[in-house]
Formats: sequence, structure tokens, C-alpha cells
Amino acid sequence: MAHIELPAGLPGISGGFAFRPETAKPMRELAHVLLHEPNSLTPGERELIAAYVSSQNDCYFCQTSHGAAAACHLGGEDVVRRVKTDFENAPVSPKLKALLAIAGRVQRDGKLVTSEEVERARREGASDVEIHDTVLIAAAFCMYNRYVDGLDTWQPRDAGMYVQMGQHLAEHGYLKSSQR
Amino acid sequence: MPHIALPENQPGIRGAMAFRPETAKPLNDLVEVLLRGQNSLSPGERELIATYVSYLNDCHYCQSIHGAIAAAHLDGDEELVLRVKADFQYADISEKLKALLVIASKVQRDGKLVTAEDVGKARSLGATDIEIHDAVLIAAAFCMYNRYVDGLATVQPRDEAMYRERGKMVARDGYVRISKTYLPAEPVER
Repeated sequence: MAHIELPAGLPGISGGFAFRPETAKPMRELAHVLLHEPNSLTPGERELIAAYVSSQNDCYFCQTSHGAAAACHLGGEDVVRRVKTDFENAPVSPKLKALLAIAGRVQRDGKLVTSEEVERARREGASDVEIHDTVLIAAAFCMYNRYVDGLDTWQPRDAGMYVQMGQHLAEHGYLKSSQR
Repeated sequence: MPHIALPENQPGIRGAMAFRPETAKPLNDLVEVLLRGQNSLSPGERELIATYVSYLNDCHYCQSIHGAIAAAHLDGDEELVLRVKADFQYADISEKLKALLVIASKVQRDGKLVTAEDVGKARSLGATDIEIHDAVLIAAAFCMYNRYVDGLATVQPRDEAMYRERGKMVARDGYVRISKTYLPAEPVER
């Protein structure tokens, strides 16, 4: 049972969003800009960063739903699983590996990001906006993960539900239908 | 020096926000609702939660500016801000706020550490569900803002007077209104 009385039947962050629409609105907008709007990083790459950070934070709901969204964008779950376990040897671009290394630092503490890591990303072709967005995606998922876990939201173990959710997110993004 | 080319003369999160106004908007909207929106917790109490979490995350810019904003809301009581950071259990704040700070400090480490007992204690001291929700989300959100500010290696001046003056302005005008002074008026061409 969640720590506070959240609307019934809504998994993970949707329960927190329905309970407090005033904070849900900017949180949805932020995720939409970071993960869904056009960017030189593909939506699949950005969802991989979100899924990776959420797995480092051990947030079941977020890593599973964003993992499903990434899988939907990228046409398979294998890459998601391999990024979570060992991204340096996963089938992703050298640039994304360098960005995942930065994201992994931010997940622990922003001060751990070194100029060598930023240089590596730049050498592999990352732009300043891509580095910025990687830092902010990692930071933002340190918020979403703590929000979902800190309220003790309902996080069902139901693979089919997450696949459906991932498809919906991949297709429509993060705004409420009334915001789109 | 920041890790990427941020606009100069904009310390801390302002430089990052001016670099990327598309994400600055929801970031400012969120902090405005959480720390200044209509709420049974006062703006000063909510700024204390933000300051305390930023202190635990060791983010110099965020703990300094939110500490200054908290003090501005609390009749300039900088001593109280220092006491909350040093040991909030002995600070001159309500028992309810102490219970919410316990929850916030658990969220700062990992949301899963919050126990039913922590929440039960806050509730027994008068905290509502919305107050508990907001304490969790303020703590979670500052785990984002702090990492954003530190992760880009933004400029974080060691200048107490600057934070004190800025804190008064933000306490008076709010986050969204003041953002118009440093965000570009037109979309950035890339």
C-alpha cells in the first residue's frame, strides 16, 4: 500500500500524477522535452539513458516502463538488457556509451563528472546540447525514481502491462492527451 | 569552468537554464508550484526542506540560494537555516516539519528507505497527505536540481552577500517571474 492515499488502480508515477495534477503538469512537460521532442539524440537513445539511470537507482517501475519504451523505439529488448548490465559492451554507438558514462556519474553525484569524460563524449561527436541533455535526463530520473519509490506507489510485476505502456510512451510521449 | 559553453555571468542553475530554455520552463514551473504555490506548508518551511536536501547533496549553489530564500521568508533568520542544516531535531521548527525533514532525508538517499513508521509519525504530528507528498517531491526534485547544477560544473560563487541579495529578490518575485530576467526572450537558434 502506498504511503498516502493515491487514486486506486494507477501504477507507478501515474498514481502520484493523478493525486497532484499541479506538479504533474511540469513533470510531464519536462519528460516530454527531454525524451520525446525532436533532438539529435534519438528517442530510443534517450530512453536508454532514462532506463539505465532508473536501473542504477533500482526503481522497478521506471526502469521497466522506460526500458519498454526504449525497446519499442529500438525494435527489441536485448539492447536494453545489455545497456543495463554492461553498456560499454552493448550494441550502441561509442557516443552513447560516453554519454551513459556521464549519466552514471550524475546518478551518483553530479560532482563526479570529470572533464575527461566530457572530452571523451565530445571526441565521439557529442554536442553541448547532447551533453547537457544527458546530464539533465540523469538528474531528472534521480527525481522521478525517488518520487515513485518515496511514495511507495503500486509497481505491478506484469510484463505485458509495461510493454503496452512502452508502446504508448514511444508513440505519444509524456503529455496528458489534454496537453498535447 | 563549466563542462559545456554556458552563457557567462549567470551563476548556478541560471546559466544552464539560459542555455536550454525549453527545459528551463518546466523546471521553473515545478519549483514555483512546489515552493511557492498555495500550500498549508509555508514557503519558508518548504525552502528549508529544499535547503536541507541540497546541503545533504553537498550542492553549494543550491543550498546557499535556497538557504537565503528561506531566511528571507523567515524574517531574515539565517541562524535558523544554519541550525536546520546542522541538526534539525534541535532547531526551533515545528515537530511536524521535523518529521517531514526525516522523510526528505530518506528520499535524498533512496525513496525506498521511507518507512510506514516515518509517514505515520508525520501524520500523527498533523501532516496531511498533500504535505507528505510535497515533502517527498521537494526532496526528489532537489536531487535533480542539485545534480543538474553540479553535473554541468556550473559557476558557483563563494559570495554570501550575493546569495543574500538574490534570496530576497526570489522570495519577493518568485521563480517564474524572475526567470524572465535571465532566459532569452526569443527561442535559441541552433
